[in-house]
This record gives sequence, structure tokens and C-alpha cells, in this order.
Amino acid sequence: MATLLGAAARRLGRGADRAAPTADPDAALAADLRAAIGSERVRADAAARYLVSRDASIYSEGTAGPLCLPTSTEQVAACVRIAADHGRAVVPRGAGTGLAGGAAPLGRPVVLSLTRMNELLSVDLDNGVAWVQPGMVNLELSRRLAPYGMHYAPDPSSQQACTIGGNVATNSGGPHCLAYGVTSAHVVSLEVVLSDASVVTLGDLTAEPAGYDLRGAFVGSEGMCGITTAAAVRLTPDPAAVRTLLIAYDDVSSCAATVGAIIADGIVPAAIEMLDQRCVGAIEDFARAGYPRDAAAVLLVEVDGPPGGVAVAADRVAEIAAANGAVSVRAAADDDERARLWKGRKSAFGAVANILPDYYLHDTVVPRSRLVEVLEQVYEIADRYDLTALNVFHAGDGNLHPILAFDARVPGTMERVHAAGREIIEASLAVGGALSGEHGIGVEKRDYMERMFSDADLDQQSRLRAAFDPHCRLNPGKVLPSAHSCADIGSLRAADGKIWG
Amino acid sequence: MPPSAFSTIDAALAGFAAEVGADGPVCVRGGDTRRRAGGEPAPGTRELRAPAGIVALAPAEMTVRVRAGTTVAELHASLAETGQRTALPERSGGTVGGALMVGESAITRLGLGPVRDALLQARYVCADGRVATGGAGTVKNVSGFDLCRLLVGSLGTLGLLGEALLRTVPIPESEAWFRLRGGDPQEVRQRCRTAISILWDGAETWVLLSGYSPDVAEDRQVLARLGDVADAAGPPALPPNRWSCTPAEAAAFAGGNGAGPHGATAGIDCVAEVGVGVVHAAAPQPPRPPEPGVAELNRRMKETFDPTGRLNPGRDPLRRN
Repeated sequence: MATLLGAAARRLGRGADRAAPTADPDAALAADLRAAIGSERVRADAAARYLVSRDASIYSEGTAGPLCLPTSTEQVAACVRIAADHGRAVVPRGAGTGLAGGAAPLGRPVVLSLTRMNELLSVDLDNGVAWVQPGMVNLELSRRLAPYGMHYAPDPSSQQACTIGGNVATNSGGPHCLAYGVTSAHVVSLEVVLSDASVVTLGDLTAEPAGYDLRGAFVGSEGMCGITTAAAVRLTPDPAAVRTLLIAYDDVSSCAATVGAIIADGIVPAAIEMLDQRCVGAIEDFARAGYPRDAAAVLLVEVDGPPGGVAVAADRVAEIAAANGAVSVRAAADDDERARLWKGRKSAFGAVANILPDYYLHDTVVPRSRLVEVLEQVYEIADRYDLTALNVFHAGDGNLHPILAFDARVPGTMERVHAAGREIIEASLAVGGALSGEHGIGVEKRDYMERMFSDADLDQQSRLRAAFDPHCRLNPGKVLPSAHSCADIGSLRAADGKIWG
Repeated sequence: MPPSAFSTIDAALAGFAAEVGADGPVCVRGGDTRRRAGGEPAPGTRELRAPAGIVALAPAEMTVRVRAGTTVAELHASLAETGQRTALPERSGGTVGGALMVGESAITRLGLGPVRDALLQARYVCADGRVATGGAGTVKNVSGFDLCRLLVGSLGTLGLLGEALLRTVPIPESEAWFRLRGGDPQEVRQRCRTAISILWDGAETWVLLSGYSPDVAEDRQVLARLGDVADAAGPPALPPNRWSCTPAEAAAFAGGNGAGPHGATAGIDCVAEVGVGVVHAAAPQPPRPPEPGVAELNRRMKETFDPTGRLNPGRDPLRRN
């Protein structure tokens, strides 16, 4: 391995001397990749590379090298090895639903799409886990587990498209993570390919694996520590009973205040989602889910568990809502109505397109007790920058998702969008909040990291990454600001001086 | 405006960092409940105590900020006044820092989750003597790499914990231990959704039911249908050694004649945590050699965080059990 890394390091060193990009800089690389995993699994044409040059964020400056579509762990390892031989970085990719530019390829790396590795490998009821390949779609996994009376708990809004591998990379959340926990709590063990092309298993099915919790350190590492090729995920039994309440308010503050009151009462609902009037309007235009258009804000509260407690908790939530100024409380009458309400909630971001063609989504977290004041600031900031703000978010854990809707074709708009976004982040951090609750940092939020963390903090994060990937070959240029990730800059410059030069 | 991280390092934490300094082998002593976990400190290692005290109870946030030297018992006594608790195990004299650094979960892990998920934010002294913060002050966070997960179970070999923000959970309105003679513990697990701990010695099962009163009463009836059930004062006495098994291995282990996985024998005196995989046994668990790639990653992690090997020398998480 030392020889391989040494050879790659020499190539990186020569990067600055490369010839002008008249010849196809990927020809030899693509040929080696084709020889290793089959020509039908490698695409180096401009169209394929363009398709994987970005994710669902507004970041559009990615540049992809060859796209590989491996179908086995061995093929993933072969791609990583060949990329290293050619001095290229590797960017793994799932469905591309990420919202922070985490999968945007910087510096013409080899892009590995794991979507063809989408099998459910096994369901192990005795140990309460399922082994899945990384390309398995989140919702499809729950569908496949349904016959066992089980499901996979983390449920991002993009769950119809996003993959388990991508969920692991971003430590994804979702509405029901309030009670059930985010991805990290549901991943028991991982098979990963490291940057030196070796394959290791992080964690195991035993209760307390020896050594450092490498599994936990890996989850949420945004493709910078290794590439997931299989995951053992926890099976969650379907709840015996579910009650879903739709609560309407005449003002946003009363709605937000109810959230803290529910938690303070000792109730942990499965989900507490909040939607403002503009968002409800967009959803109703798009999905006709049954939300009240005339309310200033609504809460979607779901309690689940054994039936007795569900009834008690639902009644108590209704009482607390009334005491906090709710104008109506409605329980979903049946599974169909419940499904419609959730479909509306989860299609909120797509529904924004009915208002304006583009949106920029933030993902900060604030203490529950500060929700009201931060929300008021979000509206004030958006007004000041003449932008349309919609709010739909995981209120139960304080995870804001302010949507700034805009039309990028209007000159000067992006500057206002970014300026307003920066102020929203500053307002969230000022009350002790966090930069991202579930979308990750990627490239979009990378330069905000120094607003939340000190030099010492970022140095520690950089060390975690370096232990996994000492040469910064995997998804370089993400998460850590450049001052804390010098090796990334070297790796990117070697491949494409235009990005960082 | 500078980053907020430094401004929240209080005098206790700063004093702890000054004691740790930047040179020489150093370790932290907790309540001595798991002193030998992963090996004893190497001779000549300077021994410190972490600062103690609860910094902030925030019941409406379901969090508590506490210094590492505080005992879990003291923390839980204060939290109980707000109707909350944490997933940390309460051992006699055991500290919050010790519980997090050893990383062993409480016997209620089935319901309350593992210790590793309880840590939301850690402030710790790095090998270079600086104070670093991992995680965030909120209940949800994916801003950067997850240092909190890495630190739990690290035996203080990557950093010395000074202060932790922990996730709390409400104490339910009804909670009681029951003892079941006869009946299948796996069936208890499947049918009693309020069970947050199921302990099985191969003959009898101890069950902690926890939740809303009607559900606990219902599950009490379920237990009565499964076997001969009686109220219990608490869990059984647990044998001294802790085995980490898969839930399936643990079930076979306690259900058989004491023959454990990989040909090991723990003796018949063992209690399995059903659905979790921890087995409390008379004999120590034989070493489980990690796969070479995992051992190498462990080595690199230690070397990267503590290049001179000054933090808790002599202790190794790979030898934790």
C-alpha cells in the first residue's frame, strides 16, 4: 500500500506541470476504470458527467470526471485504487438529493454512483437488523420490511428517492427522528471502502464492540472518511397505535410556543412539524392534503406507541394546544387522512416551485425555547432583503428549515439570497444554535463552520477525518474550511487548477 | 464577532485544562467503578480529577449540562426533580465522565438507548492542552464530524472530558420491576412494548415495565399470561464480568448451558440483557481480536489525536472488556 500511496503522491506533486487541457485529461483514467469494472459501468461523456456535477442544492460549480456505476464492493475498491493511481479524488454519490452540495464533485474527481448496489441483503430478526446495500432507497427499505411488522425509522422528506448510503453520509434526520433518533442511532455496522481501497467493517452486531466507535465517527462524515458498501440498520417495530393531530393557530408565536409546552410537559411525540401560512398555501395548491389555508400556522403532531399511552398523550397535546391559543385541533380520522397530511408535509419543498422557480433552504437548529424569537427574525430578515420566506420544519427538535424562494434569473437576487441566509445563520448561532440539523455542511455551509467552531474544535474534526483518509482523497473540499484542510487544497489543485487556483 | 466556542469555557473548565497542561502522561480518575477497563494507567502517569457540578438543567430542552466529575447519582437526583433522567448507568460513586468514557450502557438500554446516543456536546482537553468542543448545544446537529460518538467509550485516550451536554428523557408515570418464572423472554420482548429492560438468567426473567399507566397495566397482564409473574424489588444481582454479544448469541448463551459464542464458557451463572446482547457472566469474556483493518484504524485514530501518547497511557479501548 505504501508503494501505491507513494506513487499517487508523486502524481499529485506533478499536477501543476500538467499539459493544457486540450487532450481529454480523463482518457487513460477512464480506460483503466473500464478495464477494471467493465465498460458498461463507466461513463466519461459530457452528458453523464454533467448529470452528476451537482446535487439538489443551489451549488452549481461542480466538475465531474468519469462516472462509475459499480455493482459490488470489489468494484468500488477497484475504482478507489485506480483513482489513487491517477492522482484523482473520489466522490461517492447516492440519489443526489443532498441539500448542501455534499455530493458536488470538486476538481474533476472520479464519481462513484452507488445506485446500482440497491439490494436488501438480509433481514436478521434475531438481531433486529437488516443488511442493505448503499443504493437502497430509504422508503423502499421500509416497504420491504413491512411484511415483518418493521420499518426503518429515519424518514427524510426525500425518502422516496434518497438512499441509505446517502443517509449514512449525512446522518439524515426526518420528522420522526424527534422520538426515534437520527440515522446514527439506527446504523449498527458498516462495511466501507477506505481511501487506500481496503475494505473494513466498522462496528458489529454485538452490544458493545471493542475499540473506538468508528461506526459513529463515520456516520455523517459526508463521504470524506470512506464509501459505504453495506449497512446493518436497526429494525424498528411498527407502533401499535398512531394518532395524528392537525392544530391550527391565528399567529405563528402561539404555534411555536405550543412546541416547548408539549416537551416541557414530559411528552415526546413521534413528530412535531410546524408549517406557516405561505407553506400551507403552497402545499394545498400542489397536493390538496387538507391543511387549513386560513390558519397563520399549523402544527402536525403525531404520537405513537402502545394504545393506552397514545390516547393519553394525544388528549394532553390537544389540551396544551388549546391552552396556548390554538383555534382548532383535528385528529386524522383514518390512515388515508394521515397519509395525505404527511404527503403534503413531505412535498412542501417541491410545492415551492408553484410560487417561485428557485429556493435556498437553511437547516439551522435552535433551542426550543428560542424558536419564537428566531422565527420572528427569519421573517424580518427575509422582508428586509425583499425575499419570500416560507417556514416548514421539525419544530419538536428546534430544527428550522426556512425556505427563501426566489427567481435566480432576476439580476442581483443571489446576492440578496446569500446575504439573508448569512443573517439567518448568525441569528441561529447567536442563541446557541447549530449550523445544520440534518442536511450536512457540504460545500454550501462549509465557510460558516468557523462561525460555530473554534480553531481547536475544527482541528479536532480535521484529525478525525485524517485518521480515516490521511491523504484527503475522498470528497475533498467539503465540510472543513480550507484553513483546516490544507491537504484537500493540494489534492484539488492537482486535478483542476481552475477550482482553487 | 468571534466564534462562540471559547466564550463558553468557564473557569472550572479552564482550570482543568491548565492542570492537564500540554506535556507529560496524564489520566483522569473517576469513581473507580471501572478503573481497570482497557488496562490500568501506566506507572508515572499524573492523575487528575475532572471538575464537578451541574452547570444547567434545561428540562424544556430535554438537556442537562454537567461537569464530568459529577456522579451520575447526583445528576439523576437533580434531574428527578424535573421529572427527567438520562440513559447513563448509575453505579455507586460512578461519574458522568467515567460513564461516557467507558461507554457501557445501563441495563435499561433496550428502552432508553445506548450511552453513546446520550452525548450531545463534549468539552474536553486535547493532547495539546487546548479545550475543544465536539457536537452542539442543541438536541440535533450534523455540523461537521461527530466527535461525540468517537469520544464515548474512548477511555480518555483521545481527550480528557471536562463537561458534557446530555440528552434527557422524561421519567414515565408508571414504572415497575416484575419477575417471571417460566415463559419465553423473547416473547416478552415481542409482546411487551413498555419493557425497557429484560434480564434473563436462563430460568427466570426480570422485566422493567415503563410508560403510561394503562400500557404498563396491560403489559403486566401479558406477563401473567406468559408465566408465573410476581412483583420484584429490582433487577437480579449481576455477575461481575460483562460480555458483548449479539442479541442472538446472548439468547443462546443464557438459554443453553452457559456455552457462549466462539466456544467460550462463562459458567451457568450469567444474566443476559434480552434484545441488547450484553451478558453479565462469572467469567471474563475472552479477548476478541479485531480485524486487522479495524485495529489499524484504531491505531491511527490514537496517533492522530494524541501523537505523543500522553492521554491515559496504558489504556486501550480495544481491550475494554
